[in-house]
Amino acid sequence: MSLKAFHVVFIAASVSLAAVMAAWALGNWRSGGSPADLAWGVGSSIAAVGLIAYGAVFIRKLRHISYL
Amino acid sequence: MEIPYTYKPRPDTGLYNAKVGIWLFLASEIMLFGALFSSYILLRVTSPAGEWPMVEKAWPHGLLNIPIGTFNTAVLITSSVTVVLAWAALKMNQFGKFRIYMVITLLCAFGFLGIKSFEYNEKFTHYELRLKNGQVHTGHIEVNGKHAGFWDFGSIYNLERLGKEQVKEISFTADPAKPKPGEKHAEGASHEHKKMTVKVEEISKLDAFILRNHTFFAIYFVVTALHGLHVLGGALVLGYFAFPGAKFWKKNPEQFTNRIEVAGLFWHFVDLVWIFLFPVVYLL
Repeated sequence: MSLKAFHVVFIAASVSLAAVMAAWALGNWRSGGSPADLAWGVGSSIAAVGLIAYGAVFIRKLRHISYL
Repeated sequence: MEIPYTYKPRPDTGLYNAKVGIWLFLASEIMLFGALFSSYILLRVTSPAGEWPMVEKAWPHGLLNIPIGTFNTAVLITSSVTVVLAWAALKMNQFGKFRIYMVITLLCAFGFLGIKSFEYNEKFTHYELRLKNGQVHTGHIEVNGKHAGFWDFGSIYNLERLGKEQVKEISFTADPAKPKPGEKHAEGASHEHKKMTVKVEEISKLDAFILRNHTFFAIYFVVTALHGLHVLGGALVLGYFAFPGAKFWKKNPEQFTNRIEVAGLFWHFVDLVWIFLFPVVYLL
């Protein structure tokens, strides 16, 4: 597996982490948490979307490099 | 005689030797961190029910600083992006860009370690205090008018040391009561840090948030310190390739690019460990 492939795996894991954090913070907010929990959840959601966009650009830009 | 496939890929596997080598090494690293992760989970699920510090052996929640941990996670993700951009810059024959990305990666690595040592300092100067009358507090102590510090390891206090130094009383600044995760502070609950003077003869236990104090701290410090050592090792290797080792680029650009790829694979592994470590230790 090349660095390119491992980077894609890493970004996928980072997206999952951001999604988990968003769910955790929004869950806290829904069960009576503070506005900071809401901000935290929204921020994590934006981070997840940003990482997905970055991953897509990365794959497109480095398409000539092997995954092996 | 030249060793075959030191930088050209083998035609049958499509891999050069160093890439096979680093993946074998990473496999052994997965076993090492996997064992520690398993230990963490087993210790946690077998810990007694209840709220720490009220129940002494219960698993503590909310002791770690989540905003700082999140910031450190973002720092490591950024460093992974820059290390892969450094490698891609070499692939496109842009050595200047390679060095810029490597410097950013190094700044992120040492930034991570700096923030981590700040977190460690916070734990090493934070105390659990149990009194003989059943009261339990967490907070910060002053002995003979001095705060205990992280860098002076001798300044971590416990009951035995207070006895040896014949200290009669300590000043203790207790943390405000924390709500349970997902709960609001009770109406009218105090957020103030309460300062009190405690006689040593009234204390049944006093210890900082360090390895010997609780199973949680033992596994937390072992896993995060081992991870920190990996970050430091990776940063030293990347620093070598960015500066003194970079002259190899002129001699054999293909092999130098492969070296950066191998170092980048290690760096990604270290960052991936943190991606799993952070939610398990900080959030759950």
